Amino acid sequence: MPQLDVTTFVPQIVWLVISFTAMFLVMWKVCVPRIGGALEARQKKIEQNLERAADLKAEAEAAVETYEKALAEARATAHEEIAKVQADLKAKQDAEEAKLSQSLHAKIKEGEAAIDKALRDALAGLDAMAAEVAQAACERLTGDAPDSAAVNKAVADAAKARQA
Amino acid sequence: MAEKHSPLAQFEIKTLVPLEFGGIDASFTNSSLFMVATVVVVSLFLILAMRRAALVPGRWQSMAELSYVFVANVMKDTVGSEGRKYFPFIFTVFMFILFGNLLGMLPYSFTFTSHIIVTFTIAAVIFIGVTLIALAKHKLHFFSFFMPPGVPMLLAPLLVPIEIISYLSRPISLSVRLFANMLAGHTLLKVFAGFIVSLGVFGIAPWAFVVALTGLEIVIAFLQAFVFTMLTCLYLNDALHLH
Repeated sequence: MPQLDVTTFVPQIVWLVISFTAMFLVMWKVCVPRIGGALEARQKKIEQNLERAADLKAEAEAAVETYEKALAEARATAHEEIAKVQADLKAKQDAEEAKLSQSLHAKIKEGEAAIDKALRDALAGLDAMAAEVAQAACERLTGDAPDSAAVNKAVADAAKARQA
Repeated sequence: MAEKHSPLAQFEIKTLVPLEFGGIDASFTNSSLFMVATVVVVSLFLILAMRRAALVPGRWQSMAELSYVFVANVMKDTVGSEGRKYFPFIFTVFMFILFGNLLGMLPYSFTFTSHIIVTFTIAAVIFIGVTLIALAKHKLHFFSFFMPPGVPMLLAPLLVPIEIISYLSRPISLSVRLFANMLAGHTLLKVFAGFIVSLGVFGIAPWAFVVALTGLEIVIAFLQAFVFTMLTCLYLNDALHLH
């Protein structure tokens, strides 16, 4: 078995020490720092990007908040404006209505007064006409013209009796 | 000729360039060649993959980072954050063994991890290093490691020797596990590969088996590198935190 050939031990150990030491130096001084550095740089970059993403997210959220606040404010202002305009319109309308109804009332009163007067005039004319009719009727019936004062009195009495 | 077909012939150490420094035999062998090849392949792979370290990694950079993250995770799970300064060493151990195993899967190549002296040297260095770290950190308190807390004093004479033996056997179990896996796998492959030609048409059966076994061996190459690294981390954790 070649593994047990003691004469080969020394050169194997010598070359093992030489090659292993050389490789250790290369790994220690060159490869490990290089790979470790690359990994670290990547980790740092990832962390930086994550941080920036978090910052941007916070910024976006703040912007959304501002926007919503502005929107709510605008809505409130608009509501107020509408209410104010509506109140104004109502007040104007009410005033106009009141004015109109007042003038209508006045006109109605005027009309009523006119009707009253016409009625009274008509009624006054009626008495004279009734007396005339009664006088004419009496004259036809009796051939004698009655005293117009007596007829007037009789008509007035009759009208009074009827009215009573 | 018969010797060349022996399943163990693949493990033979062949001297390529005889060298000697101050009475020490430092001949450049096929084993040395594959050790150097491992170092070159791993270094080139990691350096070229990270040549332009991009924020979004390409395929090669992903693989390099994956190997780094894999070892880093094993370390984090077993040792915790205190082991960070030992990471380059653990990473070297993992990559050295992994690529040693994988290069050994190439046809006509040599697997230096299939030699007990290589795996034992690595394990011994780890064992001594870990023990020194523990001694430096905990001073004499380190020896309380051999007496688990909450055990009645009466059991101490029995338990302490067991704990010491189990501690001392760590480098042996660590190195034998890797060496035996590599030895067995490669021997088995060679044995079954030898049947393919001698069985003629029926050689298809051992051929299919060899194909499947090659896949399994690649998994084992990775698994053993992982187990070796993991146990190294566990020993380091014991050294840093004792219990």
